[in-house]
Amino acid sequence: MQFFGGTEISPSPPVPTASGNNGNMMYIFNRNGVCLLYREWNRPLKTLSSQQDHKLMFGLLFSLKSLTAKMDPTSAEKGNLGVPQLPGQGCSFHSFRTNTYKLSFMESPSGIKLILVTHPRTGDLRDSLKYIYNLYVEYVVKNPLYTPGTPIRSELFNKTVDQYVRGLGTELAVMLCKKPSYVCVLAD
Amino acid sequence: MAAIYSLYIINKSGGLIFYKDYGSAGRMDTNDSLRLASLWHSMHAISQQLSPVSGCFGIELLQADTFDLHCFQSLTGTKFFVVCEPGTQHMENLLKHIYELYTDYVLKNPFYEMEMPIRCELFEISLAQAVQKERVSLLGR
Repeated sequence: MQFFGGTEISPSPPVPTASGNNGNMMYIFNRNGVCLLYREWNRPLKTLSSQQDHKLMFGLLFSLKSLTAKMDPTSAEKGNLGVPQLPGQGCSFHSFRTNTYKLSFMESPSGIKLILVTHPRTGDLRDSLKYIYNLYVEYVVKNPLYTPGTPIRSELFNKTVDQYVRGLGTELAVMLCKKPSYVCVLAD
Repeated sequence: MAAIYSLYIINKSGGLIFYKDYGSAGRMDTNDSLRLASLWHSMHAISQQLSPVSGCFGIELLQADTFDLHCFQSLTGTKFFVVCEPGTQHMENLLKHIYELYTDYVLKNPFYEMEMPIRCELFEISLAQAVQKERVSLLGR
């Protein structure tokens, strides 16, 4: 199944839609709920230990997904509430917004969950998440030294993601991201 | 095609006190709507804990693949939420209007017991009108 239009990393990331929306934090979970990556850029409020925080986040996403699957007003056959569903099965969600943040969510067919928390007035980040997923495929999955299911410890990946998320919404960074820097990196 | 699929009102402890369906596909039985309401209550609370900055009041808008869920929480903790088509506008206003109707026709009703399911005829009538008006204005886009 071709899911995101080929394995080739797209040379120019999607242009972010809104302005002034530096990311707060990002999570990557695998299908078992293991937190593969946690990045934090702007998080003044911390109430929980990181492990508790990751558990709570995964639980929130899992439950919200079962809620949307059950609530889906367009399908007649929805099954019972709380029955585990495969990735791509049932009605999922792509973002939610509170007065202080916006959470964008994407799940790949293999169950990798990408979560990006940004300023509440950020526009649609679905394309940006797909781009980050492409980065994950390029820098993590294709890395022969990476064992699937273990936390990601790739400096290169972290740097690229940081650069991309910091750039979301600022004109200069959009231009920087358009330069296919990964080509130079891979050639090194 | 309905622009608004359903409306839920939950009390401050997560119990469903009002549910109205405006044409979702498939029947949702009472137990399911109760469960969904309390699940939403918990998710709303958890979302406040995960906020990166202080002063979070919970989810206002959930964008799913096939619907949008707009939620309004009153100062006393009663939550109103509508399930509508993706991209439906002016739902915040509708929710605030429903809140006004709730204060006028439910809270001022001397026979209404707090936190209990809403059974007020006048509330249902004016709610039907409000939603109808909303749908008419949506059709006129």
